[in-house]
Amino acid sequence: MNIIKTQPKSITTDSTKYCPGCGHGIVLRLIGEVVDELGIREKMILTAPVGCSVILYDYISCDVVECAHGRAPAIGTAIKRVHPDKFVLLYQGDGDLAAIGTAEIIHAANRGENMSAIFVNNAVYGMTGGQMAPTTLIGQRTTTSPFGRTIKGMGKPIRVCEMLATLEETKYLERTSIHSVRNINKTKLAIRKVFQNQLNGIGFSMVEILSMCPVGWRLSPKDATQFIEERMTNYFPLGVYKNTE
Amino acid sequence: MAANNSTGSDTVKVLMKGNEAVGEAAIKAGCICYFAYPITPQTETPEYLAKRMEEENLIFLQAESELAAINMVYGASAAGVRVMTSSSSPGISLKQEGLSYIAGAELPCVIVNVVRGGPGLGNIEASQADYFQSTRGGGHGDYRCITLAPNSVQECYDMTMQAFDLSDYYRVPAIIQNDGIIGQLVEPFEIRPYKPMFEKFPPKDWALTGCAGRKPNVVRTLYLNPPDGLEQLNRKLDKRYKKIHDEVRWSEEFNCDSADLIIVAYGSTSRIAKSAIKRHNQNGKKVGMFRPKTLWPWPDVELVKIAQKNKGSKILVIEMSTGQMLEDVQLSLMDIVPKTDILFYGMGGGWNPTPDLIYEKISEILKK
Repeated sequence: MNIIKTQPKSITTDSTKYCPGCGHGIVLRLIGEVVDELGIREKMILTAPVGCSVILYDYISCDVVECAHGRAPAIGTAIKRVHPDKFVLLYQGDGDLAAIGTAEIIHAANRGENMSAIFVNNAVYGMTGGQMAPTTLIGQRTTTSPFGRTIKGMGKPIRVCEMLATLEETKYLERTSIHSVRNINKTKLAIRKVFQNQLNGIGFSMVEILSMCPVGWRLSPKDATQFIEERMTNYFPLGVYKNTE
Repeated sequence: MAANNSTGSDTVKVLMKGNEAVGEAAIKAGCICYFAYPITPQTETPEYLAKRMEEENLIFLQAESELAAINMVYGASAAGVRVMTSSSSPGISLKQEGLSYIAGAELPCVIVNVVRGGPGLGNIEASQADYFQSTRGGGHGDYRCITLAPNSVQECYDMTMQAFDLSDYYRVPAIIQNDGIIGQLVEPFEIRPYKPMFEKFPPKDWALTGCAGRKPNVVRTLYLNPPDGLEQLNRKLDKRYKKIHDEVRWSEEFNCDSADLIIVAYGSTSRIAKSAIKRHNQNGKKVGMFRPKTLWPWPDVELVKIAQKNKGSKILVIEMSTGQMLEDVQLSLMDIVPKTDILFYGMGGGWNPTPDLIYEKISEILKK
């Protein structure tokens, strides 16, 4: 028998506590695959964020530091400075990276810290039950924007890749999505690129992944993938925003 | 730095500011990382270390905020090295979030607070109004920090080295509680080689170094499972805090053998008080002083002994605040000294008492 796909060795679970249709499990699996392929599990130090993915360490077998909300880039900075030969991965959500931790990500990126960041953008605060995030779309209803997000008073969603691309020390920035197999495969390549950049000493690299939160969006898992296809990718165009070798 | 190696030993007598002595002591004690953010009256420490850490090939980073700086401390400590940050009151307030996580994750580190007047921006003069913040935890949750209060540049140097040792030994964050006067004070002191306080330190086998050849380490503060996981952590920490209370209560006394009045003061206030006390002593007045050197653990046993030894003596607490350490004194002496015999003299607004003012205050009390 030919094994085509198997569970990555670095992933320690065959089930997660994520809701049905959630994107975190897919991203986790892709990280596991790339970590296995590059053989970096034993040199990896992963930051677990506040949010649904805080218990990453229950699913992946590597050293993990649990971070206060938004602070992973500061914590990762120090770890990478102490252990420049280790692989530091930031895993952050949109509330984490684009709201409470905006200063930390901007300054870590601006200093050109040689780290890899995975930014899971699902346009809501998932763990607390679907509140408005800085990336919530205009018109999108959440529990704290019950009549839909308006530009007046709430501002427009923050495009993180575009914003970080203005900083000259960011080396690779790409926005991908995981709402279809084709896009999942593209996301894996982006993750690989972002990881390899750190291993090659190139500098700060990030992939922003548009991800489903069916429960937070009050949509079925299938409709949630449609929401990304039809709504999110319009406002958050997929593509490479920075590629400096 | 003016060096004068006239002692002919490995000890060098130098002239430095308290804030600079803290920085030099950190380097001597093996501090690998220092994370900075400017704020008066502590900025000499980052300025000093920006230069010295570069010379020593160590890690100096000026963070984007105190919030980032304390989280860098969390990261470096989790990575297994000795790490320090310093700030002054408003900046220390910002660091409280990280400090709570550091305490919860049982990470050692040294935090220097060169206290200035508050609340809010307050002013930039010396103050002792952060006593509650340092000795009661400061951030959210049930935790304590070892808090050392130097009253000279020599102690800034010595206590910083000790703070690293205590913090590593007990896995509890250690605070140097300075104030604007001691931090800015320039006086000669001896740079001594670092001698660890303990023969053996617990191994940092919890540090994040990559999991090659071992099970993965997780540095965490979230305890959801089992349901009593957090209860267990807090019980463990409480036990440790009690052990620290048993083992690390530091204080000193001055003329406390048959005193009619005992002053309780720490930091720069203790030095100002001492000169007033000496004048009274010269006039034959029996005035003594008790000076806590650790604010947490609070040296209650020692204070009680002194109060018992000096039955009938009044107690005068002097602070550059409207009465914070006062509560610890009252709690310690509640069964021994009538509450009306515990008096208070304080300065608010980041302003220090003068020897004359304290002298007058003492005269007033002794007349009654």
